[in-house]
This record gives sequence, C-alpha cells and structure tokens, in this order.
Amino acid sequence: MKKKRNTRLLLQRLVQYASPYHARILCALLLAILNVTLSLTAPVLIGYAIDKAVSPGQVDRDGILWLLAATAGAVALSTLFGYLMNLCTNSVAYAITRDLRRDICRKLNAVEQRFIDDHPHGDLMSRMVNDVDAVGEGLQQGITQLFSGLVMIIATLGFMLRLHYVIAFVVVLITPLSVFVASFITRFSQNMFKKQSKTQGELSAYIEEYVGNQKLVKTFGHEEASQQAFEEINDRLKECGQKAQFVSSWANPSTRFVNGLVTAAVTIVGAVSAVNGTLTVGQIATFITYANQYTKPFNEVTGVIPQLQAAAAGAHRIFALLDEPELSQDPPENEEMVFHGQVDVEDVSFSYVPEKPLIRHFTLHVSPGQRVAIVGPTGCGKTTLINLLMRFYDVNSGAIRVDGVDIRELPRHQLRSQYGMVLQESWLKCATIRDNIAYGRPDASEEDIRRAAKEAHIARFIERLPEGYDTVISEDGANLSQGQRQLLCIARVMLCDPPMLILDEATSSIDTRTEIRVQRAFAKMMKGRTSFIVAHRLSTIREADVILVMKDGNIIEQGTHETLLRQQGFYYELYNSQFAES
Amino acid sequence: MVKDLFKLRRFLKGYLLQLTIGPLCKLTEAVLELMIPLITADIIDTGVRQQDVGYILSRGGLMVLMGALGLGFALVCQKSASVAAQGFGTKLRNALFRHINTLSHAELDKIGTPSLITRMTSDINQLQWAVAMLIRLVIRAPFLVTGALVMAMLIEWRLSLLFFAAAALIALVLYLVMSRSVPFFRAVQQKLDRVSLLSREMLSGSRVIRAFGREEKEEEDFRRQNEDLSRTSIAVGRISALLSPMTFVIAQAAIIAVVWFGSGMVDTGTLKTGQIVALVNYMTQILLAMIVVSNLVVVFTRAAASAGRVNELFELQPSVREENACDPAPDPSAPILSMQHVSFGYGHDGLALHDISFSVRRGETIGIIGGTGSGKSTLINLIPRFYDATEGEVQVYGSPVDRFSLKFLRSQIGMVPQQAVLFRGTIRENLRWCKPDAGEEEMQQALKTAQAWDFVSALPEGLDTPLSAGGKNLSGGQRQRLTIARALVMQPPILILDDSASALDFATDAALRKALAAETGEMTVFMVSQRVGTVRYADRILVLDGGELVGVGSHRELVRSCPVYREICLSQLRSEEVE
Repeated sequence: MKKKRNTRLLLQRLVQYASPYHARILCALLLAILNVTLSLTAPVLIGYAIDKAVSPGQVDRDGILWLLAATAGAVALSTLFGYLMNLCTNSVAYAITRDLRRDICRKLNAVEQRFIDDHPHGDLMSRMVNDVDAVGEGLQQGITQLFSGLVMIIATLGFMLRLHYVIAFVVVLITPLSVFVASFITRFSQNMFKKQSKTQGELSAYIEEYVGNQKLVKTFGHEEASQQAFEEINDRLKECGQKAQFVSSWANPSTRFVNGLVTAAVTIVGAVSAVNGTLTVGQIATFITYANQYTKPFNEVTGVIPQLQAAAAGAHRIFALLDEPELSQDPPENEEMVFHGQVDVEDVSFSYVPEKPLIRHFTLHVSPGQRVAIVGPTGCGKTTLINLLMRFYDVNSGAIRVDGVDIRELPRHQLRSQYGMVLQESWLKCATIRDNIAYGRPDASEEDIRRAAKEAHIARFIERLPEGYDTVISEDGANLSQGQRQLLCIARVMLCDPPMLILDEATSSIDTRTEIRVQRAFAKMMKGRTSFIVAHRLSTIREADVILVMKDGNIIEQGTHETLLRQQGFYYELYNSQFAES
Repeated sequence: MVKDLFKLRRFLKGYLLQLTIGPLCKLTEAVLELMIPLITADIIDTGVRQQDVGYILSRGGLMVLMGALGLGFALVCQKSASVAAQGFGTKLRNALFRHINTLSHAELDKIGTPSLITRMTSDINQLQWAVAMLIRLVIRAPFLVTGALVMAMLIEWRLSLLFFAAAALIALVLYLVMSRSVPFFRAVQQKLDRVSLLSREMLSGSRVIRAFGREEKEEEDFRRQNEDLSRTSIAVGRISALLSPMTFVIAQAAIIAVVWFGSGMVDTGTLKTGQIVALVNYMTQILLAMIVVSNLVVVFTRAAASAGRVNELFELQPSVREENACDPAPDPSAPILSMQHVSFGYGHDGLALHDISFSVRRGETIGIIGGTGSGKSTLINLIPRFYDATEGEVQVYGSPVDRFSLKFLRSQIGMVPQQAVLFRGTIRENLRWCKPDAGEEEMQQALKTAQAWDFVSALPEGLDTPLSAGGKNLSGGQRQRLTIARALVMQPPILILDDSASALDFATDAALRKALAAETGEMTVFMVSQRVGTVRYADRILVLDGGELVGVGSHRELVRSCPVYREICLSQLRSEEVE
C-alpha cells in the first residue's frame, strides 16, 4: 500500500516538474494526434489507389495520381508533425533534466553541513549524474511512446466500434489483462532497480574515494586489494543489474503474449460469428488488422518499461536527496548591526553524535581586537569550536553572541562575511589563480588581487608561472605544493579584509621564513580585529593576547604565554615537550 | 567511430553463447509471429468456409501454443541480453579500474577524478545498453529487410529496384545522422564531466563556499554549465530526431512509387493488383524494421561516443614504465638511496629540481627542509617513482630505480603523505593496508609508536571503529597519526614522512620523534618538515632552496656553513637555541 502511494507521489512530483512546460507538452500531444491520424490515413489512401488498378485497360491513372499525391501530402505532413513532436518531447525531457540538476545543486548548498560531512560524495555525485540521466532517458522514451500510443489506441478503438461493437468490446475487455501483467512484473522488479541505482551510487563512491586518492593506493601497493573490493561491488551491481533488466524485460514479451491471445480470441469469435452468419469474412480480416493495430501501442509502451523503471528508481533517489531537511530559515539582514568583534560563548554544549558529548558547558568571552590562540592536544575540539563560530553546525545548548547578538538571529552570510577563514585543508577551485584569489570578492580589481598575492608572499611564484595569474589550478592541485595552496588561501582572505579572522592551522605547510612574513601581514591586518588562531607553532601562539588551552572539549587553562608558563600546568608541559631530546 | 565500438569487442568474449542464442531466439520468435497470419488465413479459408467450428477451435489452440512458444523464446533472448550486457559492462569496468591502477600520477592529474567517474559509470552504462539492444533487435531487422527484398525481387525485379534504392537512401541517412551526431554525443559526455566536477567541488569545498557566502555564485556557475549541457543535448536530439521521420518519408515515397509504376504495369498486363498489394506490404515491413533500426542507431551513436572516451583511457599509457625491471639483488655495500645529478620538471613551468646529488646509508635518519615550493615533496616523489627524473639517476640498493618492479620498489618504502587521508572501513582495515596479515601485536606497536594508541584504545570500538570517507570523523591530528601507524605496520626498510606531523601539537610531535628514533633503528628515515625542531636531531639534513640542494650536513655543521639553513633556524628558534 505504502509502495503504491510512493509511486503516485513520485509521479506527482514529476508532473510538478513538467508543469512549467505544459504548453510544449500540449503541443506534443496535439502533434502526436495529427501525426498518428495522418500516418493512419496514408495506408487507407494507398488502398484506394490500388483499388483503382483493377486489370489491364481498367486502370484509372488520373485517379491514382490524385490519390498518390494526397498520400504524399499526408506523409509529408505526418513526418513534419512527427519531427516537431520529437522536438517538443526532447526539449521537455532535457528541460526537466536540467531543472532536476539545478535543484540538486541548490539543495547541496542548502543542506546542513552535517549531511555533506556524513555522506559519501561519490554517491551524491552519482545522483547528480547517473540518476538524473536515467530520469531524462525515461522521460524522453516515456512521453513519446505514451503519447503516440494513447492516440493510436483511441483512434483504432473508434474505428473498431464503428465496425462491430461486440468484438470491439471483447478486445477492450481483454487488453487490460496485458496492462495488469505488465504492472505486476513492474512492481516485482522495481525493488531491483532501486538496488541497482543504489549500488551504482556505492560504486561511484568507491571510485571517487579510490581514484581520487590513487596516489596513496600506489604508495602502498594497494592496487590489487582495491581492485578486489571494486570487483566485489561491481559484481553486486552486475547481479542486481541483470535481475532488474531481465525481470523488467519480461513485461514486453508477456504483453505481446497476452495480446497474441487477444488476436486468437478475436479470430475465433469472429470465425464462429462468421459461421453463424453475423459477420462477413472481409470484416474478420479488418478486425484482426485493427486488433493488431490496437495492441501494438501497448506492446510499444511495455518495450520501454525497463527505461521507465530505471527512471523511477533514479527519481526516487533524487527526491530523497531533495527532501533532506534544509538549514533553518535565515532571519532578515540586521542592517543596523555594526561589528566590533566582541564574541561571547555562553555555556555552550555540543556533540556530533548524541551519545558522545564533545563540548560541555563551554564559556568564553573575547573582547574586540583580541587575538585568541587555541592550543591543545589533537581531538580536543578546536576545529569543532570553529564549526560553531562559523555556524556550520548549531550549538545544542547555550548560545554564541557576536556583539551581543545571538548568531542564530543573524543571517548566516552576514555572520560569515565578518570572518575570514583559512583552514588547514586548502580547498581551491578548479579555476584560474586570479579567480581563486578573488573568490570572496569577485569584483576586486587586478591591482587589489596582486596586492593580496603579494601580502601572502605568493606573488613572486605566480609571476614566474608561464601564464601567471591565468594559470588554471588543476583539480587536485598537482601543479602546486601544499604550502603554495595554503598561501593562495591566505591571499583569498587578505583580499576580503574581514573584520574577524579564523585561522585553523592556516600556515602549517608553509615554511617558517615565509610564515613570519605572512604573519606580519596578518598582524597588520589583525590590528584591532578579533582573531581566533589554532596553531602549533610557538611563534604564532606566543604573541596572542589570550591563549586558551583546551582539553576534551573544555578550556582547562587560559592566559598569556608568560602567565601560563608560570602556572606550570598543562600548557607548560606542552611547551616544554617540544624541547625534549630525542 | 564504429572502430571505437569494435575495439571493445574483447569484453564480449565469454558471452558468445548469449550473443548467438539471444538473437536466434528472437529470430525464432519473429518466425513464429509471422506464422500467425497463415493460421488466421487457414481458419478463414478452411474453418469458416466449411463451417467447421471444431477446426476453428483447434487452429485457435495452435495460435495460442505459438504465442506461448514465442513467449518462451523471447524470455530466453531477454535473459541472454541481460546476462551479456551486464556481464560486458562489469568486465569493462573491472578492466578500466585495473588500467587506472596502472596509470602514473602525471596521467591521473591530466584527466581528473570526476571525468574518470563519469567514464566508469555513465559512459559504460551507454555501452551496456547498446549490447542489450544489439542482442534484442539487431538480427531481427536485417532478417525482415532481407526477406522482404528477396520476396520483392521474386514478384517483380524491376519494381524491386525501388526497394533497393530506398534501402540505400535510408542507409545514407543513417550514416549522415550518425556521423553528425557522434561529436555532439562526445560533447555531451564531456559536459557531463564538467557538471560532475562542479558538484564534486561543491561537496568538497562546502565549508569554504559557505564561509565566503558564495553559494549563489556557485549555483550560477553550475547553472551555466548545466544550461550548456542541456543545450548540447537538445541540439543532438534535434539531429537524431530526424532519423525515424526521414526513414518514414523514404519508405512511403517508395510505396507511392511502387503503386504508381505498378499500376502502370497492371495497365499493360505485366502485373496483377494482388502483387502490388504484396509489394506494398513488404515495403511496410521494411519500414517497420527500419524504424527499429533507426532507434538502434541512436543508441549506437551514443555508445560510439562513449566507447571513444573509454578507449581514450585504455590507450593512455603510464609514463612510469616497468620495461627495465629485473629486480636485481640488492648490493649490501651500496648506499640504500642515492641521487646523481637529478633534475626534474613537471613539464610546464621549468625545473622543480635542479642537479641534485646525495647518497644515504642504511639506517640513517635524513631531514629535508626548505621553503614553500622548494621541491621537498617533489624530491620525495621520485623515490617510489611516482614520477621519473627528467635527468640524472635515482638509485636504490645500488641499482637505478627503474630496474625494480614497482611492486617491489614500493614495498620497500613506507610513505606518510602530506595530506592525511584514510579510507572508509575500520581502523584495523586501514592499518592492514600495506600488510594484510598484520597481527594485533604489530598494529598495537605501530599505533604506540605513532602516538595513536591512546586515542584508539579509548574509542569504544577500538580498532573496529568505522571511519567515514577520508577519515572525516577524526580530527586532523588523529588522522595524521593513523597514517603514520599505517606506514609503520609494514616495517619498511625506508620510511618517508612528508611533513606529516604538521597537524600535531608539539607535545605529540616530540613524543612521536622520540618513539620513531627508538623504534626505527634499522629503518632509513626521511623526514620532510618545515620545523627545525623536527629535523635538527637527524643524522644529516638536506636543505633545499628553489629546487637546488644548498646544504647537506648535521644541524651543527649547517648552522655554520649554510646561510639558508641558518636563516630558517633563526626564524624559528631563539638565537641561543640555534647553536
């Protein structure tokens, strides 16, 4: 029962996607009617023409010429309408495909960060690429076949009724049988299509992970093992693919069989009626022809059932993604808000998974312009704190305020635009260096971009490249070292010149001489601005106004470098450990 | 373009049975179907004329039987089609994945992951579909067409010329449409690559995109690509949509011509009316078959474009080859690693390394330090042959690296890469990457040395804790320590740490160094780092600057002799610490 409702919902949503194109769909339907009627007329005209050639000397050449001319006209028009119909269905199918991709894209930006962190990216990519493709294919085949099929069925039904309503009745009564058989098979195989689509996603995820990290696979000579794991998923895909394809392809032969039964029934009933004298032999022949004509569209529609089912399975996964909860609605922009950089974290608790509390009753007050360094053993919650400050995740309890305003009362972009963020993972876009630096300020002038590059001490390197600022950064950034990527990320922030800064291990891959220079630029920039710095290097930490020592999601010590050393606590231990002889 | 499809036929091997039986069954089904009208004729001619209801019923029964037989044959054909098509796709994917595994970094960089993914999924799906269609439809249509042509010739050879003309014209149209649309289909798949790339970026860069408030801009970029893809798809659709109407027109024109010339012949008494009817029927048969063929052609055209993309991958040869490999016996007296006048460039922007020479004894610990972009990682990448040196020679165990099989060479090297990437699976599975039979003891030891035991043992599921893709459910530092443990489990003769302590706090870093020094007595260790603290206790330090080796020696020596090193030290340590 539930499944049935699901299918109906699926259709409903697809219809929704089709609704902006109702004019074109109507057009296609109209063209289908014209096309089918005309193509049905052609054989009739040809028949008349042949009737005019009886025997030698009794051939009406003029009449034939006229009839053939009419046929040619009908054919030409039918072809034209047929072509136009194809164009219409084509454009509708691709428009819907495009809209689906657009909505998936929009969705990926609107879902919670948690969703993206938790889902294999390859699987989501497969929905975007393969599942949408399947839907497009299904729509294209489906609309074309459905429309001409529908028209064909109605047209022949009309012809048949005019001839003999008893036999027409028999035909109409029996054909739903084929529909029933087809739908039974469809329901039976739909699960396998779902499984196929899911396994395809799994395969994509595997490829994304292992091909994306191919270098690592090579490093460890893990090729054979990864091949085996791949083949395992691939085999499962084969299994459910074979089943799905096979079972679903029963639909067509079965319908044809049922329709064969219909023809047999018509022939038998017709022949017996002829014996009884209620029908002429000629009428039987016509009837059989029409019965065949009538069942043909059913056969054609069931011929595309595998595509339709694959489309349904794809649509299912697409809509599941589109139904993911989105980020809570942003409040309107607070236009009076002026940011000074006071940040208050009040009694905040947070965890990624409810069973494992991470940050508990965390409180922190940062006055404007303060430079806050966060240190602590790995896994103590530093990065999590940044996730909360930037509102990638929402706190479970407590509140974070910026200049007295709860950050949940600000639109996210307004909050985030106040921060310049540089993360250890130096994500760059597959675009030119110029576009990457100007990422946060696309309207920046060339001069500004160059200045930012200079401040980040990457300008010399860029200028040495044969294509300079127009060098396209390859997807995995193979042409850049890790440190250079970080410098570009820094330039990106320098250009934005934000009121507050978050640096999470922002300089971990940069050599210390460059780092010092970059830091000088940062220092200039940070002057009077609140900044949060996660770092391990002493040079960075020492100069902070406040050092927060975190452990297990809590602040255990707080103070300046000197006071903390004097306390001889955890920080003191951390600090001294680096000089431990090895 | 057909050549591309043909090249892939090797993957159909093993499915010969299905490839023969499938079409044959389909053919039998078609023959059975063609017999139905004969039986119908029988029923009318004999049954009705002789008023024999029993005869009508028995013949009717025969019709049903034929239908059932037809169903059976059709199912065998469908079974063959699904087995062969999916089997073909699976084999092809396996082979392609295996091939990708042999490619070197340079080729992988060039193609990019998203394109590899679309080729492995979307393109192979197209090919798979083509195989299924091949089995289901391909033999039936030519059979029907040939049959119809022969019959037409038997009836009236002059009129049958019209049939041949029509067939030739249709073939021409098929060829034209196909050759026009292949480049478009190729473009469609390429644009799909772009869409795939953008969505991958949107996922991997979601934090940065959100931080910079670039959501709308990204969506706009995407929309543009998406629009482009959709436009190209519609354009190619416009061409392929021509096929069936054109076929229809040509066939109908032939029918009209047959009736016109035929009626002339009837007039002169060389043809009977019934024969015109028969000819028209045969032409209609050809038309129906050709419409099926034209649909098939669209499928094949698309498949041909995809086959081209798949073949392009297969033809890509790894730039790092194994043809000189003979796995020479290691020379125990030779240095474990040496580089002689090694230069290397990535190909586009000059040399990344220039004339590097040094050699390393077994068991030495070597620090490598230098500025951003000075070539440290590049130098390291030459050892396991991720790239081959442009000039000069890299030697391991006294023999040039290309004398060893990659498998052997890489089994000698434990690498901890800069980016701490782990794979989906449990911690245990990740640790066993390089040594599938590693015991609990070994893993525990490696974790302890890597300073990871504390947090791993504190996890409720310990070594069986599942990791998400990339190990994203751990912190950066935890990931890094696990990648170190992963390399240590294999106890490699050469251990390379490529700036792999950058996310560790200094206490952990120091403890790690200490443990490494204690545990890696026999190992030759390379430590790439920005931190003087990490390399200062190494036996020797290599100092790189702008791709050149500007200093080799111990910390003490270098502080005195190498100005670059001294400057690095001064930037990190107080001057009293430097000495």
